[in-house]
Amino acid sequence: MSDHSAPSVAEVDQDRRGFLIFATVATGAVGAAFAAVPFIASWSPSERARAAGAPVEVDVSKIEPGQMVTVTYRKKAMYIVHRTPEMIGSLAGHDGRLKDAASKDSEQPAYAANATRAVRPDFLVLEGTCTHLGCLPKPRFEKAMPELGADWPGGFFCPCHGSRFDLAGRVFEGSPASKNLRIPAYSFPNESTLVIGVDASTGVA
Amino acid sequence: MQGRSMRGLMVLLAAFAVTGSVAASEAAGEHGEAAGVNWQEWTAGNEVTSTESLQRGAANFVNYCLACHSLKYMRYQRMADDLNISAEQLRGSLIPTDAKSSDYMLSSFPKADAEIWFGKQPPDLSLVARARGTDWVYRFLKGFYVDASRPTGTNNLALDGAAMPAVLSDLEGVKTAVFAEHAAAGGTHAGKAVERFEMVAHGRLKPEEFDGFVRDTVNFLDYVGEPAQVQRRSIGLWAVLFLLVFTAFAWMLKKEYWKDVR
Amino acid sequence: MAGSNDALPVRTGFLGWLNKRLPVDQFMRDQLTGYFAPKNFNFWYYFGVLSLVALVLQLVTGIFLTMHYKVGETTAFDSVEYIMREVPYGWLLRYMHSTGASFFFIVVYLHMFRAFLYGSYKAPRELLWLFGMFVYLALMAEAFMGYVLPWGNMSFWGAQVIVNLFGTIPVIGPGLVEWIRGDYGIADATLNRFFSLHVSAVPLVLLLLVALHLVALRQNGSNNPDGIEIKEKKGSDGKPLDGIPFHPYYTVKDLVGIGVFLVAFAVVVFFVPTFGGLFLEGPNFEPANALSTPEHIAPVQYFTPFYAILRAVPDQQIGALLMALSIICFIVVPWLDRSPVKSTRYRPLRWKLALAVFAVSFVALGYLGLKPADGLYVLLARIFTALYFAFFVLMPLYTRGESTSRVPERLTFPNH
Repeated sequence: MSDHSAPSVAEVDQDRRGFLIFATVATGAVGAAFAAVPFIASWSPSERARAAGAPVEVDVSKIEPGQMVTVTYRKKAMYIVHRTPEMIGSLAGHDGRLKDAASKDSEQPAYAANATRAVRPDFLVLEGTCTHLGCLPKPRFEKAMPELGADWPGGFFCPCHGSRFDLAGRVFEGSPASKNLRIPAYSFPNESTLVIGVDASTGVA
Repeated sequence: MQGRSMRGLMVLLAAFAVTGSVAASEAAGEHGEAAGVNWQEWTAGNEVTSTESLQRGAANFVNYCLACHSLKYMRYQRMADDLNISAEQLRGSLIPTDAKSSDYMLSSFPKADAEIWFGKQPPDLSLVARARGTDWVYRFLKGFYVDASRPTGTNNLALDGAAMPAVLSDLEGVKTAVFAEHAAAGGTHAGKAVERFEMVAHGRLKPEEFDGFVRDTVNFLDYVGEPAQVQRRSIGLWAVLFLLVFTAFAWMLKKEYWKDVR
Repeated sequence: MAGSNDALPVRTGFLGWLNKRLPVDQFMRDQLTGYFAPKNFNFWYYFGVLSLVALVLQLVTGIFLTMHYKVGETTAFDSVEYIMREVPYGWLLRYMHSTGASFFFIVVYLHMFRAFLYGSYKAPRELLWLFGMFVYLALMAEAFMGYVLPWGNMSFWGAQVIVNLFGTIPVIGPGLVEWIRGDYGIADATLNRFFSLHVSAVPLVLLLLVALHLVALRQNGSNNPDGIEIKEKKGSDGKPLDGIPFHPYYTVKDLVGIGVFLVAFAVVVFFVPTFGGLFLEGPNFEPANALSTPEHIAPVQYFTPFYAILRAVPDQQIGALLMALSIICFIVVPWLDRSPVKSTRYRPLRWKLALAVFAVSFVALGYLGLKPADGLYVLLARIFTALYFAFFVLMPLYTRGESTSRVPERLTFPNH
């Protein structure tokens, strides 16, 4: 082997070699991790997406009692229902048929975790996404609608898999969905203005 | 052989980097007044890391430019975040009452009126500092002079036949330019040779105050041209230092292994 | 030390399972630890691996830019500004891609010059050179079409000028130009097809050609600064006497080169991404405008030598023809150079002079291509164009019967 430029094991400082391999590989690996940051970060919502996801203001004085309007917030439908006293009254009396009557296992801000699931009982604000598989539940506000049975108190019916919710978005027993409809962060800066996306208590959600 | 080659590589790369930075940087020198007004050599000399200057420039732009010129790629909120402008300051004086902070900074100037008044749309200025350079913008903003032959009554040294009127004249004052006799002789695209300016009317600002006003405004446009530039340089410093460490380790590793090779 | 005939390690467990199904160890032995490379590679031998680094860089950044870019004449320019301002770190991806394009060409040009210095295109490596030239041609197409995508005013007018070159082809020219554009001017259709080619077809061709280039390289092994075939001098164990295993010796050495390359790259990306208008030009920050030509149309720096040749000729057709020939000249070099010796080290002064004149001409033309085409610049461009072609056309004459100095038997190496 003398005619080769081969190292003889004895001459080689294996410790130094091992350390330098470790140092180079480690630095390279850390560098690669840093280099990956901009690529991974570029998939996060851009400023345009975040601007489009800004809180939405709704003039609720334009919504007639008993009417529902739908607005879009962060690519999702938001249902705003102006509940009549009669509709608010319909919420009582069927707790036994609900899966989560007290909204213990469902998602809503603390200020909407009450009997009417709302900051103001006269306005229900819901995310219009069925908690089963994401379809849009349809408003079925009249009582005892033929296809929903005589004991139907009014609420929402999901056409995809038949989940049923009352006028506070609480899910009925027998529905494939297991949780109540989600409620977004929202607040009323004044009597006629609803802001979806801004918390009642802490400002921006 | 090895040493010489590496030196060659280093020299090449150094030359490469130096050429680039020299070509890219603006020499922030004072313009000499010896042979007339050397307006072609005026430099903006703006400091894009100066938040105070950028804040003043933003206010200048909103008050004097935004009526006609949009910054269609710039959001109010991004500007406020980058320039440390509080929500109150933004709401108080910088953003129109009907605009959201996430809106782009758009002029509300009706397009049809612009066509009638100036014969063209006032251009969007988001990228003017990148397309033309900050020095050019500086020369333009300080280059208005009285020219009765123009419909606006003024002309511009940096942009002959500018459609834009001298909107800053209440600050700067009104000046005429006395051109050198030989102006036509050396006339290239660089423009005319000016012997001196004569103030016809004084403005609200002293000359050095106006100069500061223009520099702040140019600075702001420099920022708007590339809002990420300050972040870019600060990340860059770490990136280069890190890569130097990596290269040093690789160099030592190479040296160690190449001891074998005879 | 491992050799290509050495036994593979005996593996058990997962590695054993893997190697039974995928020739990992065999590949490592054949291509890295048992692949012998000449031990006297110098500075010039970094640019092959650096081209590969640049290619990977362009592919990765390009894939991510494509996720945010919106092709179309009304959306392209805005989407690039969207990337620069609103996509998290979008500016970094874009600057890496634009700087990467320039660096790619710089290292490729240095890589090519290395071949001239040491006769790397000579037998038995003509195909290696040929594949390399096709890589270069594909790269030019890729870079040109990529430059059009931001749809700035320089993109537009650059496309206009380059596409119109095809119009100088007799008879079919005008029809061909219209067909390339898909419209009566550079338009949405042109932008869309360039985008498609830039992100799919040309990169595929490029990767295939690079693979062929590497296979052809490994067939005969690398040339070296002495231009000697190391396989002709083997030791008793059948290994080249002047060869060293590619791994670890050249992998650790290339790491140093890659490190230095990345430092230079990062300096440009983070501190001078426009490189004073050479890498990103001012007029390209104005949207494409069919009614306003920028004052100086200059292609990006890597095309300027050929652009200078084009402008040096007062006749449009001949200018375009010469420009095409100036690139084709490279392809036939293996058959123009008649010298029996590969390396410049052992070739006579007249070859060294010719090569120097060529290198100076190429750089000078690159500079002149950036300058306005008037006065002295045109005269100089003509002189350097003449010298450029003289280097190639006269090559069979001045390389025939060269009085070469004696080529050593073994590589020259400092400690040899």
